[in-house]
Amino acid sequence: MSAEAETLADAAPALPVGHYAYDQVDRAFLHDRVEQFRDQVARRISGALSEDEFKPLRLMNGLYLQLHAYMLRIAIPYGMLDSRQMRELAHIARTYDRDYGHFTTRQNLQFNWIRLEDTPDILARLASVDMHAIQTSGNCIRNVTCDQFAGAAADELVDPRVHAEILRQWSTLHPEFSFLPRKFKIAVSGSPHDRVAARFHDIGLVAKPGHGGKVVFDVFVGGGMGRTPLVGVHLRDNLPEEDLLAYLEAMVRVYNEYGRRDNIYKARIKILVQALGAEGYRARVDAEFAAMDRARYRLPPETVAAIRARFGTPDLAAPAGAAESLAAARAADRAFDRWARTNTHPHRHPGYVSAVISLKPDGGIPGDATAAQMDRIADLADRFSFGEIRITHMQNIVLGHVRQDQLHALWQDLRAVGLATANIGLIGDIIACPGLDYCSLANARSIPIAQKLSARFASPELQETIGDLQIKISGCINACGHHHAGHIGILGVDKKGEEFFQLTLGGSAGNDAAVGQILGPALPEDATVDAIARLVDAYLVHRNTGERFLDTYRRLGAALFKDAVYAVA
Amino acid sequence: MPLLENGQVVEDPWTMVGPDDPLPPTGAVPGDAVPGDAVIVPLSRLEEGLARPPGGKLGVALAPDDEIAVLRTALPRLALVAVTFPTFRDGRAFSQCRALREHLDFPGEIRVTGRPLPDQYEFLLRCGASTVLLPEGDDPATWARAHARFTTAYQPAVRDERAEGFGLRRLLGRLPA
Ligand code: HEM
Ligand code: SF4
Repeated sequence: MSAEAETLADAAPALPVGHYAYDQVDRAFLHDRVEQFRDQVARRISGALSEDEFKPLRLMNGLYLQLHAYMLRIAIPYGMLDSRQMRELAHIARTYDRDYGHFTTRQNLQFNWIRLEDTPDILARLASVDMHAIQTSGNCIRNVTCDQFAGAAADELVDPRVHAEILRQWSTLHPEFSFLPRKFKIAVSGSPHDRVAARFHDIGLVAKPGHGGKVVFDVFVGGGMGRTPLVGVHLRDNLPEEDLLAYLEAMVRVYNEYGRRDNIYKARIKILVQALGAEGYRARVDAEFAAMDRARYRLPPETVAAIRARFGTPDLAAPAGAAESLAAARAADRAFDRWARTNTHPHRHPGYVSAVISLKPDGGIPGDATAAQMDRIADLADRFSFGEIRITHMQNIVLGHVRQDQLHALWQDLRAVGLATANIGLIGDIIACPGLDYCSLANARSIPIAQKLSARFASPELQETIGDLQIKISGCINACGHHHAGHIGILGVDKKGEEFFQLTLGGSAGNDAAVGQILGPALPEDATVDAIARLVDAYLVHRNTGERFLDTYRRLGAALFKDAVYAVA
Repeated sequence: MPLLENGQVVEDPWTMVGPDDPLPPTGAVPGDAVPGDAVIVPLSRLEEGLARPPGGKLGVALAPDDEIAVLRTALPRLALVAVTFPTFRDGRAFSQCRALREHLDFPGEIRVTGRPLPDQYEFLLRCGASTVLLPEGDDPATWARAHARFTTAYQPAVRDERAEGFGLRRLLGRLPA
């Protein structure tokens, strides 16, 4: 490097590791957006706008009116935060909410106790750290989600964050697609092991290297949960990167033109794809793709490179012997060893590992974090992971790049603040929607069931014995808690004013995506936890060595589990 | 109802003809802007409109579920296509505008009718619309403000917009008032 280049590099502030770095243009755009909303709120408060007129405007900024208060949903694009942003979220929780926030399965953060008149200030605070609530609601392309181990996972083929950022920009106030028939969700994976539930999204993209190392995408369409759960169909392979935007324009355009608008439950793209058939839908997309001005929508490699250059890269130097030092610490400390086994993910770089911080303490509310915990996580990210933090679609948090010889110190610090629960991927790692405690659409309480189950299965030994088992709970048919994709799904239903829970078994969100099957009649609240305990016992009795719950269920079928749940003496 | 072009109220030389209204005769002086010279007919009466004696200008009004491709042969003889928003939630007209510009290279006026929101103004222009017939009771000033709100956009559209720095960003060019 020349002396001059060296000083230039020194002078430039370091780019944040993990997410795209905003520049003045991006900031000016956010500022315009905040001022627009400030004006809209002022018009609402003065009475110039009726609630009816205001509703679509506030939804475009992620502001819902829920059971008790306004709820603000903040976007965490592709799940990536830095410590500075996390501290600002903690500050907002402390100042404007009741001291906590709720991390959701869509890599968003929800605040449940927000005052309308504070919202413009909150959005301005978010904008000061390059964050926003744009398109976290409304019938538009929602926050694009991505693999929580992106750019770190040992099994990754392509880093999907760059494309997720491109899609974030492309979809932000997209002129044609901001008033679609219904909300629209896109997920991007860069690993052959699907950790983004690609087949349960309106569009799922799986990136991989094609000929000559150029990035190509496999495309899934028409997956989703809600009241018509469907696994997405495989639309095409090997979509060249240069055509990514053009092809997505064509896909969403066909949906905008032909998607149903007469019935909100039939307005999703999954219904259109079913109605036209995969062939019929593909033919229309191909016709549109062929007719459009391809040059205009081309995504040139230079554009991808320019956006990639706005991502900071971690300096992954590790001392020789990092792995040995980790092995020694594990051998010396059984509790740490267990946590290291369940709560880490292999890193592509020797001497490093990704660490998962469980937001599912025994008996706790899945996904909740207090302001103090958020601050603490920000500190730990600064000390152990280049200031970078990831939010997972399982409602947990990841520090992406932790040196193996520092993992024990990280664990000790986490333990001191109650964040070292060793249950990732196990029965205590429950997803639950807000349910009747907050949500105006709910039929039942999801949170207490989640709390009781996690307390019931708190023993770490028992959890490890049970092994890989995902419980997912929704308080109503909208399926925000992904119950259709749970190995054990729990759906709250209302029977004459009483809360009942229906069990589904055999769902999965991974490469083997499947919609769970309803087991039988719904159970009253006070019987549900015991029934699940019997179901788990039945599995433990009948499994083959090393077999996951899901595989035992697939091998043996429902009858055995039905007996366990319903045949109570 | 005021007609808006580039954020300004402009005069409206066009007459909308309903499904059952009589078609006004073509003006006495060809090309002169007397009322009745420029008429917008519903798609169902396109043939009738095309059969008028030459001299007047013809436009056609589409419903949100009309296919743009049906205009392919008639388009060279049309000076205006009107699209509509039955409610602001129904965004099909955005795609219709873009299809007109992009697939059929329509150079004429695209007019927006119905009940769009001022907050959609920029989107409409970027999809290729040229004028908006404001919904009853809407204040043109609110629309003008919405038009001036944003200076940047993040994706290609059918307008001629200047690239802004790196990536996909572009400057929303504004015609002088
Ligand atoms: C409390 C406020 C919430 C409300 C009012 C709400 C509302 C809804 C509605 C109406 C649907 C059905 C949409 C459809 O199928 O067309 C839905 C689906 C969904 N929601 Fe929520 N939700 C809320 C909170 C959450 C939270 C906290 C999460 C994440 C933990 C979440 C994640 C989801 C997911 C993943 C779906 C399924 C989408 C699909 O079909 O692909 N929601 N929500
Ligand atoms: S699943 Fe139902 S109850 Fe739960 S958050 Fe979604 S809409 Fe509310």
